[in-house]
Amino acid sequence: MAAFDEMLPEVSGLRRPYEAYDRWLKEQDPARLTQKMQDAERVFRKTGITFAVYGEQEASERLIPFDIVPRILSGQEWRRLTQGIEQRVQALNAFLDDIYHRQEILRAGRVPKDLIARNEAFLPEMIGVRPPAGVYTHIIGVDIVRISENEFYVLEDNARTPSGVSYMLENRETMMQLFPELFQKIKVRPVENYPQLLRQSLAAVRPQSAKGTPTIAVLTPGSYNSAYFEHAFLADQMGVQLVEGQDLRVVDGHVAMRTTEGYKQIDVLYRRVDDAFLDPLTFRPDSALGVPGIMDVYRAGNITIANAPGTGIADDKAIYSYMPEIVEFYTGRKAILGNIPTWRCSEPDSLKYVLEHISELVIKEVHGSGGYGMLVGPAATKKECEAFAKKLQAKPSNYIAQPTLALSTCPILTEKGLSPRHVDLRPYVLVSDRIRIVPGGLTRVALKEGSLVVNSSQGGGTKDTWVLDD
Amino acid sequence: MLLGRTANGLYWMNRYIERAENMARLVDAGLRMALTRTQDASEEWNSVLLSAGSDIAFSQKYQDYTAANVSDFLLRDTSNPSSTMSSIETARNNARMVRTALTRETWESINEAWMSLKRMLARPIDERDLPTVLDAIKRETALIRGSFYGTMLRNEIFDFSQLGTYVERADNTARILDVKYYVLLPSLSWVGSTLDNYQWESILRSVSAHRSYRWVYEADYKPTNIADYLILNVRMPRSLTFCYRFLGEHLKFLADDYGERHACHATAEKIQALLKRGSIKDIFDHGLHEFLAEFIRDNTRLGDEIAQDYRFY
Repeated sequence: MAAFDEMLPEVSGLRRPYEAYDRWLKEQDPARLTQKMQDAERVFRKTGITFAVYGEQEASERLIPFDIVPRILSGQEWRRLTQGIEQRVQALNAFLDDIYHRQEILRAGRVPKDLIARNEAFLPEMIGVRPPAGVYTHIIGVDIVRISENEFYVLEDNARTPSGVSYMLENRETMMQLFPELFQKIKVRPVENYPQLLRQSLAAVRPQSAKGTPTIAVLTPGSYNSAYFEHAFLADQMGVQLVEGQDLRVVDGHVAMRTTEGYKQIDVLYRRVDDAFLDPLTFRPDSALGVPGIMDVYRAGNITIANAPGTGIADDKAIYSYMPEIVEFYTGRKAILGNIPTWRCSEPDSLKYVLEHISELVIKEVHGSGGYGMLVGPAATKKECEAFAKKLQAKPSNYIAQPTLALSTCPILTEKGLSPRHVDLRPYVLVSDRIRIVPGGLTRVALKEGSLVVNSSQGGGTKDTWVLDD
Repeated sequence: MLLGRTANGLYWMNRYIERAENMARLVDAGLRMALTRTQDASEEWNSVLLSAGSDIAFSQKYQDYTAANVSDFLLRDTSNPSSTMSSIETARNNARMVRTALTRETWESINEAWMSLKRMLARPIDERDLPTVLDAIKRETALIRGSFYGTMLRNEIFDFSQLGTYVERADNTARILDVKYYVLLPSLSWVGSTLDNYQWESILRSVSAHRSYRWVYEADYKPTNIADYLILNVRMPRSLTFCYRFLGEHLKFLADDYGERHACHATAEKIQALLKRGSIKDIFDHGLHEFLAEFIRDNTRLGDEIAQDYRFY
């Protein structure tokens, strides 16, 4: 199936957002571009912008490949996307507030009760708890795919702890170092103020007990975590402390960090640790990554945890299929950004369809992430499909299925010149007293020709994402 | 404000950078001895291992005290936690942990040192390449030091880093002296045979002080001068007194900044007073070995107290 190319669609020739870039590119010496590509890799390795890959012994630190051809969106395309995203994150927060309080949407029968009650991402501990400023999901990465000129779909709402924003920032930094002249020719909207916006946003949702300027910290599982670079990067850029569970304890009803001068109170914790590890007294008792007793402090309203515990219920893949209903229920309008049609394997009719069409579909685990545990039907062997069908039948409610979409492509630079590869887009959204969206995001690109899997853990790369100031 | 864990990371990052470099100096001195002497090189390598505190671990793995075995063990063996490779790896892990406390230049210099030494020490070192490798190690650590001194703000982050550097360095110099204290005793070698001369030079080489010694003393090697130089000289950057001058200074900065004194301050002052009061003659009268053993013990205690007083754990 022919995919829509964002730079050079076969039907219409060069698309407008790429005109100025294309003119510049044609003037470039290919050898110089290759050199720049190597420069970029050196910059990334020197700075230590690496990620860890689970399940591989030697390659404990790898680079995410970076492609020097930018992915470009016009100002108009971006405006439309942001409207859709804003609507969506408002709905997500309203949904979370409702689910942990009156559960109107369940009473109205728009989302099945079972889906919530039996969901591991639903935290009963959060029932009746209202987070400071009423915000549940503060930092969201909405994965968007494009099918044609005017068709954008949301693939996933990452409402727990979306990662990758450091790549958005470093990719831009690298591009500006490599091609300063390009940014003089083309007006690209800046993304580098994201850390300040994040800081402002976190400060705005501080608990009422916080006096004066709130103390903010980033909680990381530690330097062996795959996204550690990003945790350190964000803490550094915001000018706040990067803490681990071992640095924290509850002192006099507040969460405090161990400093060289004793314990100091923390008001806002941007945590990059999963719910289950957050508080060994409330959740997994064997967790050394969290803070014993932090949930009591939270319930007493003495700390902001971003994102709030229990937000996973909103980006659960089984809930995802109800997002059009959810958006309409809370905003009173039709969703501006559509969903990809999704079969819930928990429903017998859907399961039957999915089993019959397994080789055409993408099947995902409801709670999976990072491209692990999924089946891309068209790319799988018959044997792989059969094995997956068995898993599916054993626990149908664990899976959803979606059609294999012709994701749009954007060219990457290869040894033989430009060559189209499938891409997606993850813009980053900050929610506090208002919604802030940085113009840009992370474009992930499947580097293997024809591949649809863009996850970095599965051999995907990234591109700088430009929103034109036009 | 600084996290206790970050202070700990900074302290150990610098101890290990110092250690990575000290291993190269020790091997360098050993190599020199082995080259200039025809017999008994194995004894010399043994004392190198003793100075490095790695003699027991080495003997569990090897029987022969050869240049190849010892340099492999001290420079590139990752099963030896104090080898240059292990040290630079530990230093980098600590740097990664405290990355937000470091300037970009400092972090990159450590990361690049790690990348380049990892490449260089990936395979056994050909004996002919040993001098090149030793130079490279010293150059990489010098680059780290340069970026560090050139770019870091002089605040508590700097203080904790320096505490690590000087505790490690003082320990290293004291050990080098203690392993060879007997060749410095007057009763054994009044006149100074050729053999002694080599030994003395070896001590000075281990701390890269064989040339500067001559500038200071304008004379041939003399055991009391060597001991004086390495223990009491205020200007010699690897002497015990020099190390304690800076340990005292950085501890004072911390006490002033935080408005609080701890057990470590008293310990550092006690050691400083001991170094200030004594002449080299007093130290010899008291017993050089006894003096050094006590110093090493006190220095270790200072490290433990710093960790406790500033809530490293």
